[in-house]
Amino acid sequence: MATTLYDKIWQAHIVEAKKTAETGEEGLMYIDRHLIHEVTSPQAFAGLDDKNRKVRCPQRTFATMDHSISTRSLALDACGPTNKLQLQTLAENCEKHGIELFPVGHQKQGIVHVMGPELGLIQPGMTVVCGDSHTATHGAFGALAFGIGTSQVEHVFATQTLKQSKAKSMKVQVNGSLPIGITAKDIILAIIGKIGHAGATGHVIEYCGEAISGLSMEERMTVCNMSIEAGAKAGLIAPDQTTFDYLQGREYAPKGDHWQQAIDYWSTLVSDANASFDTVVELKAADITPQVTWGTNPGQVIGVNQAVPSPGDFTDPIDKDSANKALSYMDLTPGQKLSDLSVNNVFIGSCTNGRIEDMRAAAAIAKHGKVAQGVTAIVVPGSVSVKAQAEAEHLDKIFIEAGFEWRLPGCSMCLGMNDDILTQGDRCASTSNRNFEGRQGRGARTHLVSPAMAAAAALAGHFADVRDYQ
Amino acid sequence: MTTGINIHTGSAMPLNQANVDTDQIIPKQFLTAVTRSGYGKHLFHDWRYLDQHEQVPNPDFVLNKAQYQGASILLTRENFGCGSSREHAPWSLDDYGFKVLIATSFADIFYGNCINNQLLPVQLTNEQMDQLFAIVEQNADAQITVDLQEQSVKVNDLSFGFDIAQQHKTNLLKGLDAIGQTLELGDKITAFENNLPEWQRA
Repeated sequence: MATTLYDKIWQAHIVEAKKTAETGEEGLMYIDRHLIHEVTSPQAFAGLDDKNRKVRCPQRTFATMDHSISTRSLALDACGPTNKLQLQTLAENCEKHGIELFPVGHQKQGIVHVMGPELGLIQPGMTVVCGDSHTATHGAFGALAFGIGTSQVEHVFATQTLKQSKAKSMKVQVNGSLPIGITAKDIILAIIGKIGHAGATGHVIEYCGEAISGLSMEERMTVCNMSIEAGAKAGLIAPDQTTFDYLQGREYAPKGDHWQQAIDYWSTLVSDANASFDTVVELKAADITPQVTWGTNPGQVIGVNQAVPSPGDFTDPIDKDSANKALSYMDLTPGQKLSDLSVNNVFIGSCTNGRIEDMRAAAAIAKHGKVAQGVTAIVVPGSVSVKAQAEAEHLDKIFIEAGFEWRLPGCSMCLGMNDDILTQGDRCASTSNRNFEGRQGRGARTHLVSPAMAAAAALAGHFADVRDYQ
Repeated sequence: MTTGINIHTGSAMPLNQANVDTDQIIPKQFLTAVTRSGYGKHLFHDWRYLDQHEQVPNPDFVLNKAQYQGASILLTRENFGCGSSREHAPWSLDDYGFKVLIATSFADIFYGNCINNQLLPVQLTNEQMDQLFAIVEQNADAQITVDLQEQSVKVNDLSFGFDIAQQHKTNLLKGLDAIGQTLELGDKITAFENNLPEWQRA
């Protein structure tokens, strides 16, 4: 029978299978890689300790500090005693259970979804979990990667497995080549705009088509990262030469004879030509324009030159009601042009867009001018390694020269668990992944964009079409 | 883990809104704690309080309305719990006093987190939700009975059936220790590991 990439990874990881007519395939899934951070692990470690249980495979588990840390100081208490306690708890738990930790100040520290791939910890065909919904990022390698809750983190600690029900499959095919000035962020926002904020609930997405296979690994990570923003359990891209080239020589990637064995296996990880999917969605790359969210979920998105919609544009009563609430929260008027909308904050960074290619894309725009008066713009590299590379390329100088702040790596203003938070009424062009109410600060308004679009908004002081810079 | 859920009867709170995300359920500033308890007072913080210090309740928000105090069932709409994987979301709902959530649909990670915390997520159709909202908005004291064993929701003379995966139902009914169950399969997990090619071993 023809199988999908998801079927193949599922099949290779089921320790014990169950099949019921009522609920379909279920099974106990083996987990190859477990990434952890300070926010969603302390209660899981406490649960283990309560029952005198051990971490079964500490060597498959890697930890970093990213959410609760300052981007101005390496001091653990820079964001207060509660954050410090959480960070110290992670360090103590990792020490106790023999888990490798990349703490603040370490060469390998970074946002968990930036650090993992750059070290070669994520490889095709793996099952990867983390107590973090943006674990979907790692699907870019053809790994089945998904976010889990803290009880499941504890379950993986103790057993290196998870009970799973097989999800439905969705193929999202982006045909044709990408127009100039259009990025991976625009692709994924356009996809979410098309299928909706819950459009892929219960599904594992496989992205394919010419516009996807032409992407670099970092761009693929941006696409897969936001799979959860369409409700998907995971997003996958079949591994190919781009994937293998990225992995070769990375610290934790297979070496020597193992490299060839790995390539042989990884090359089998594609959906069969006649494999069937529960849902199929197609987009034309040529139709995609620079995307900007206008509402309070990532599905509420338009092209930069489109007008803000009116609730009357929606037929579904729930969409209409959501649009009404979003327009009010975002302080927008139907028909308004985005280029008339002033921003006073710009955030470039996050697990979606905090990699070196994102820094380069933003710097390429930043060098055209100065940050507009009244705008605070911060650039937060995704890891120590990204920061070092950017500095080697003098990108930091371009940013600083243009009036951006150049910060230390971390999750930062994507969710503001540190002091990088906005206040009531602030409007931010952000390269992060969620524009929920209050996400970046109570009463603050977030518009999701690509790194180049964020940099362009910083210079203009309002949203601007990045293609005008090309 | 606590003992299981079987039948629950209580009054309901109508949160008539779709796409309620986990940032609304429990905002990030409360995620720095290292314990599982004490999140109930921060539930729906941004909507519930007019100030950051939680001193001034928002009188317009349903959670603050006198007639809905003591509700143990939350009624809401589609895609409830979307967004982050934070288990602090079910912890805060549970700590506040909710035992059952009834919605048109739930986000996947949130749904699993509810099951792992003995919080029963019940999915009904939009039309059925319309009827429940109408009843509860008219009579806040209406008693809703949710029977997990027979998979039904009953109020007045209405009765709706709902679906739930067998493994989830069993776990909720018996309040099982999921980790303890899996640990009994330790030999099978070891056999799986021993069967991996050398380059895939840790």
